[in-house]
Amino acid sequence: MSDLLDLSAVEARAALDAKSISATELTSAYIKAAEETASLNNYVLLTPDHALAMAARADEKLAKGEAGLLEGIPLGVKDLFCTTGVATTACSRILQGFTPPYESTVTANLWAEGAVMLGKLNCDEFAMGSANETSAFGPAINPWQSAEKIDLVPGGSSGGSASAVAARSALMATGTDTGGSIRQPAAFCGVVGLKPTYGRCSRWGIVAFASSLDQAGPFTRTVADNALMLQAMASHDAKDSTSSVVQLQDVMAAVGQGVSGMKIGVPREYVMDGMDPDVMALWQQGQDWLRQAGAELVEVSLPHTKYALPTYYIIAPAEASSNLARYDGVRYGLRVEAGSLDQMYEATRAAGFGEEVQRRILIGTYVLSAGYYDAYYLKAQKVRRLIKQDFDTVFTTVDALLTPATPSAAFAVGRKIDDPVVNFLNDVFTVPANLAGLPGMSVPAGLNADGLPLGLQVLGKPYDEASLYRVAGVLEQATAFTATPTRRAGGAK
Amino acid sequence: MSVDKTTVAKIARLARLNVPEDRLEPVANELNGILDWIAELNEVPTDNVEPLASVTGHALPMRDDVVTDGDCVDRVLANAPEGASGFFVVPKVVE
Amino acid sequence: MSQLVTGRTGDWEVVIGLEVHAQVSSQAKLFSGASASFGAAPNENVSLVDAAMPGMLPVINRECVYQAIRTGLGLKAQINLTSVFDRKNYFYADLPQGYQISQFKHSIVGAGVLRIVLADGSTRDIGIERLHLEQDAGKSMHDQHPSKSYIDLNRTGVALMEIVSRPDMRSAAEAAAFVRKLRSILRYLGTCDGNMEEGSLRADVNVSVRRTGAEFGTRTETKNLNSLRFIQQAIDYEVARQIELIEDGGTVDQETRLFDTNTGTTRTMRSKEDAHDYRYFPDPDLLPLVVTQKEVDDLAAALPELPDDIRDRLINDYGLSPYDASVITEERDTAEFYEAASAGQDRKLVANWMTVELFGALNKSGQSLSDCKISPAMLGGLVSLISDGTISGRIAKDVFADMFETGKDAASIVDEKGLKQVSDSGAIEALIDAVIAANMDKVEEYRGGKDKLFGFFVGQVMKQSGGQANPGMVNQILKSKLDS
Ligand SMILES: [Mg+2]
Ligand SMILES: [Zn+2]
Repeated sequence: MSDLLDLSAVEARAALDAKSISATELTSAYIKAAEETASLNNYVLLTPDHALAMAARADEKLAKGEAGLLEGIPLGVKDLFCTTGVATTACSRILQGFTPPYESTVTANLWAEGAVMLGKLNCDEFAMGSANETSAFGPAINPWQSAEKIDLVPGGSSGGSASAVAARSALMATGTDTGGSIRQPAAFCGVVGLKPTYGRCSRWGIVAFASSLDQAGPFTRTVADNALMLQAMASHDAKDSTSSVVQLQDVMAAVGQGVSGMKIGVPREYVMDGMDPDVMALWQQGQDWLRQAGAELVEVSLPHTKYALPTYYIIAPAEASSNLARYDGVRYGLRVEAGSLDQMYEATRAAGFGEEVQRRILIGTYVLSAGYYDAYYLKAQKVRRLIKQDFDTVFTTVDALLTPATPSAAFAVGRKIDDPVVNFLNDVFTVPANLAGLPGMSVPAGLNADGLPLGLQVLGKPYDEASLYRVAGVLEQATAFTATPTRRAGGAK
Repeated sequence: MSVDKTTVAKIARLARLNVPEDRLEPVANELNGILDWIAELNEVPTDNVEPLASVTGHALPMRDDVVTDGDCVDRVLANAPEGASGFFVVPKVVE
Repeated sequence: MSQLVTGRTGDWEVVIGLEVHAQVSSQAKLFSGASASFGAAPNENVSLVDAAMPGMLPVINRECVYQAIRTGLGLKAQINLTSVFDRKNYFYADLPQGYQISQFKHSIVGAGVLRIVLADGSTRDIGIERLHLEQDAGKSMHDQHPSKSYIDLNRTGVALMEIVSRPDMRSAAEAAAFVRKLRSILRYLGTCDGNMEEGSLRADVNVSVRRTGAEFGTRTETKNLNSLRFIQQAIDYEVARQIELIEDGGTVDQETRLFDTNTGTTRTMRSKEDAHDYRYFPDPDLLPLVVTQKEVDDLAAALPELPDDIRDRLINDYGLSPYDASVITEERDTAEFYEAASAGQDRKLVANWMTVELFGALNKSGQSLSDCKISPAMLGGLVSLISDGTISGRIAKDVFADMFETGKDAASIVDEKGLKQVSDSGAIEALIDAVIAANMDKVEEYRGGKDKLFGFFVGQVMKQSGGQANPGMVNQILKSKLDS
């Protein structure tokens, strides 16, 4: 069985087409893998019956030669994507018992291409967090361990997605990225994660966190798998007014194209105090690899980088405070009965939302409230423009940017930090791309001294995912990243 | 601009979040920590900068005036904590 | 005409501004594909977007945008090619999203003007500050259950135009005239059906009082008035209340008030201790709304002629009185009826017959113009019989009554009943001779200087002719006979 789990999606698709394996076999292996690694808590709901029925349909399609891009590929879905008839909670008590009568556009696209749903994956509550520790279902665990064998966070918010793909309990997974929620956990778990250009994947049917920043994207173990999954996920969607009309490039072809002749920028501001020295070394290493592959590396400046995090922590909570107003106990989810309507609202929302979500709702409410709007929200929108302009400027001279994905490797679950701002710093390198709407990708690029994976981030121009795949393809080759986590299915326990 | 207990109570009320009296002070401190850090933005000169609300650069797409949805009371009410004869039901509202 | 209100301590000037919510005429809602129609079963016209299910997103209805632009053009207002949708955040049971999508800073329509017509036919220009598009809320029903409210989201998300006037009105009558005129324009344009009973058109009135020439006083806003009568009652009540309050040494609170339709009074909204802070910000699910100048031009070119323009034409080209012109142009169907009926006829005479006889009969029978049996051509036909002397004005009234009743045209009625006016001078002379012969004593008195008796002779002759004698000829022949 373990060899089935080691197949990449591209390899699995070839084997399925060649009929050397069946979708049912592959799916069964993954269901078993998910059960085997249940202690990682990366699934909040397994849907084996669903999966086997979808696999059986995939086998029929394969037999008829009508296979889709992802025909028979078992994957997991972040619990932020609404799935028809399957509970969707955003890992919050407030959506307890909610079963959507509709399917998100992204997951519908995946099913239309033949993918098989294994279940719903753990994440931070309403995607608010960088460690998957705010989930109402408890933390998801990183399958990687350091020598001390303590549980590490998988990163967040899409922690369950990264954990499951790394642990081989899903061949691929969907994620969403509002401030780094795909790229940071991908780096922590040693997998490939892409946040596409804002608008590339439809937001319709995905529980909203911060609408102007949210973007869905793929988690995979290889760069080629990632391109394959993006092709299936991405679409123009008339139901999402912010959906892009720009056609997706041939990203599969881009993976092997190399970087010869590309100009790649290295932003001098992407360093911070207390950064893991191994991250710095790896970043240097990555530049060397790309140079050796024929790219020209140039230092560039993104002067407003340090303002991205505070800007983000105004805009995201502001939008969230409004997006989460609909969770009021009237039409779905939790209701805590109390005397009056207002008392019912207050009791329901206090009981239904966790601490971090409540904190962000309060911050967001405050920065939008009378007397503070200009000082906070409007100011943040202006700085947001300056951040975007920084990128616009450098992208007139370079094709892509290479940065670290995170300032450090994964840390211990339950690490007690009183200052919420310290937790925010996880996203320092990922947040700017969300503010500017750019595509960004995290590629596993090596291990630190503790044997934990580190990622490099590639940023590109809007709608130019192809350049990211060219760079990522070269990094993947050069890294020859073959290390695997200790707590993976079919591996050493 | 420092947040005090009264302000926390006020915004909690606006956000319809029941924050118990003994939590007002700690929440105020947390918010102040975040707001102090955010205040770093004041260093950035933005006098002639237009605010940026959306990054897509395209205009709002419009749909045709055709009825394509609705007529699905069962789906609309399927998840309701309380419903009756096609209505959502809530504690009585007094105006 | 003085508009001042006299209080105990002197005169007060009333200042009124209106915010009118007009439901856009459209098939589907502003941001969802559910039907915007009225009267469906509970929650039947509700999509998952309207119910604010997780992950649902708004997509704008182009026709609603165009309707707002048409209305803006009808108000001679600036059309803003770029406008922005904001979220207005507050919690309420019939507001599923927890916010209303509206336009706050950048509305689709800017400043314009509305010309109101007062009772004496004079006009006044009232400034329009802006018009913006927004979503309607749902409906809460509080009387179905002792401790519960029932929520119906059918209205949720229906497109509204909020039309905000400048504080230019100085009396309840002017405010009513404003709403009447606005309603007329909306109906001409077809952008709102103007049905106030069903709530398609409702007004919030902002009222304050001040000493003439002083700064504006503190205003109150009375919400959701859905008839012209209620608007006037609410204003009158507020004016009296505010004047009394100030004259008693108190001050007016800036507040939102509710109107009680039973008592005709207003009262403070109970929930006011909960000061609103709407936290407007641009809706991140939407992008700036951009229309092109060409789209606006095309909409302008296809606009129908508006009541003010028709009214001016009726006064200047047809010579109608301002009053008749206003009455005829208030509704589009009336103006169209008039244009058709009066084509090729005596325009003023047709106007007269329309405003007096036709409207009188419709009023009395409770019919509307559309279910009336008299067509424009038929009314024109009647007037033409008067103009060419076939029947007299007096006979015409009987013919009209018959037409209204039976739907027959004037010529056939006149034929059937032999009502043709007698214009044969021999026949009229014979009648006159008979009347003179029978009243020789009166002839003597007349000739002796009692001029007033001339009317008596005319009456006698007309009576003898059964009303059919041509009155002009009767006058002329009678005069020559009596004076000879
Ligand atoms: Mg109002
Ligand atoms: Zn309004």
